[in-house]
Amino acid sequence: MKFNREKGVERLLLLVALSAIASLALIAVFILKEGVPFMLKVGPGNFLLSSDWQPDAGKFGIYPMIVASLWVTLGAMLIGAPLGVAGAIFLNEFVPRSVMRIIKPTIELLAGIPSVVFGFIGVVVLAPLIRSHLGGPGLSVLAGSVVLGIMVLPTVISISTDAISAVPNTYREGALALGATRWQAVHMVVLKAARSGIVASIILAMGRAVGETMAVIMVAGNAVKVPHSALDSVRTLTANIALEMGYATGMHRQALFATGVVLLVVIMILNSIATAAVRRRIGGKGNTKK
Amino acid sequence: MFAVTLLAGATLVTLAVLLFIIVFVLQKGLPVMSVKFLFTNPQEMGRAGGIFPTLVGSVLLPLLAILIAMPLGIGTAVYLTEYTRETWVTKVIRFGTDCLAGIPSIIFGLFGFIFFVVMLGMGWSLMSGGLTLAIMILPTIIRTSEEAIRAVPHSFREVSFSLGATRWETVMKVVLPNALPGIVTGLMLGIGRCISETAAVIFTAGSSLRLPQSGFDSVRTMAVHFYILAREGLSNENAYGTAAVLIIAVLLTNLVAYWLMHRFIARRTK
Repeated sequence: MKFNREKGVERLLLLVALSAIASLALIAVFILKEGVPFMLKVGPGNFLLSSDWQPDAGKFGIYPMIVASLWVTLGAMLIGAPLGVAGAIFLNEFVPRSVMRIIKPTIELLAGIPSVVFGFIGVVVLAPLIRSHLGGPGLSVLAGSVVLGIMVLPTVISISTDAISAVPNTYREGALALGATRWQAVHMVVLKAARSGIVASIILAMGRAVGETMAVIMVAGNAVKVPHSALDSVRTLTANIALEMGYATGMHRQALFATGVVLLVVIMILNSIATAAVRRRIGGKGNTKK
Repeated sequence: MFAVTLLAGATLVTLAVLLFIIVFVLQKGLPVMSVKFLFTNPQEMGRAGGIFPTLVGSVLLPLLAILIAMPLGIGTAVYLTEYTRETWVTKVIRFGTDCLAGIPSIIFGLFGFIFFVVMLGMGWSLMSGGLTLAIMILPTIIRTSEEAIRAVPHSFREVSFSLGATRWETVMKVVLPNALPGIVTGLMLGIGRCISETAAVIFTAGSSLRLPQSGFDSVRTMAVHFYILAREGLSNENAYGTAAVLIIAVLLTNLVAYWLMHRFIARRTK
């Protein structure tokens, strides 16, 4: 009897354990099922490379949104990556353990600030500053980049810190014994050893930036056009979905799901690169801690 | 020396910006926040009045999500740690969990909309939203539970087996109770994510300002309410008030999570 129950429990648990992969499959199937037939009908070239987005007239070109997502994400990385990696190095190498034990959780705690709040601060504080000092509408690529750059900081810092603190102390001691200064030891030895973990943190942060929706809707301005400068208003892929999903039907709705497909593909590629980078570093232990 | 100063500067900027956001919102929002604000209904779409229905939404929706995700997440973690060795099956499960963790919330929103709202006919409702959020937080719960369970010393299990307990009895009476604080940390982090989520909620749970009468009624959470207030420029004052409540709720949830984790680690290393 007991044996049977044990077997039953094991089967049940296996079934439960498949829930995550099953959900993933469901998500992929339903997004693809709505989006891919549409893409084939309109033609992938037309859909991806046309700048004409007029759903009412049956014109669905998402090129401006692709460019916008690219600009905003790269901008966010220009701000978030150096700040985040610098913070991680400083906290690991130049700050007493006791201080780091307070600051790191504080930063991770701040990762919980809702994205709508980040967006709102961008609207009421950052956009007016940009408008009055640099010109343009304020709600722009620049505003979106700064807000997203700040939003990804906790991700970059947290994962980079893990990578840097995983570098064995003997490496540092070896470098110092050879007469290197503290800074030389850090940038010549520690950073080299932690490189792939740091790269992974930046790529994961890119994934977050590409996928972020609400904050970008609020601060990037949402104009459907290919940006010519950092002060132009843009609409990203995510914003396009969220702005029009509320009322879209038929072809229009399918076009938004097709936009989702593009987004999903980009995210999957980024995450695979990040996972590969982490795996190479830690050697098989592929789960990246949040 | 110059480089180190630069690093210190970057760290300070990071901390300062993040703290500024919290202080800014609280400073503008706390004066609006009152018992009356929390417990009265909004008037004129939120231009005046309080936020009571959205407060209820922000309690019910995360609770429902966690009730669904909890057995799945912990069950998965137990299976991965106690019932199997590393095989291709566990690799597939881990791959699925990793991928799911990276999917942006707007995609969860799209999926929840087409699957739960449209195909299963649940409409914009507590159920649709809860199920969508449950999938979204599943990876967090699986990972934290797995780490917590792995941290339970092997000797505990061996003693249990030697007393004649079966695997399942060992899991229920020895492993899970000892891993509990770590598991609860994951649950709290999941709740925090649900409270602050907007994109996945607005397309699945809707944005009705009425109190839900059943699981198939639409609800509006505080995050969604805040988004609508701020974006449609309905009322800056109420937007700040809602943001303050939202931030306090999320920070408190995360603080409890970290406090539990800290206690868990402290006890383990004792």
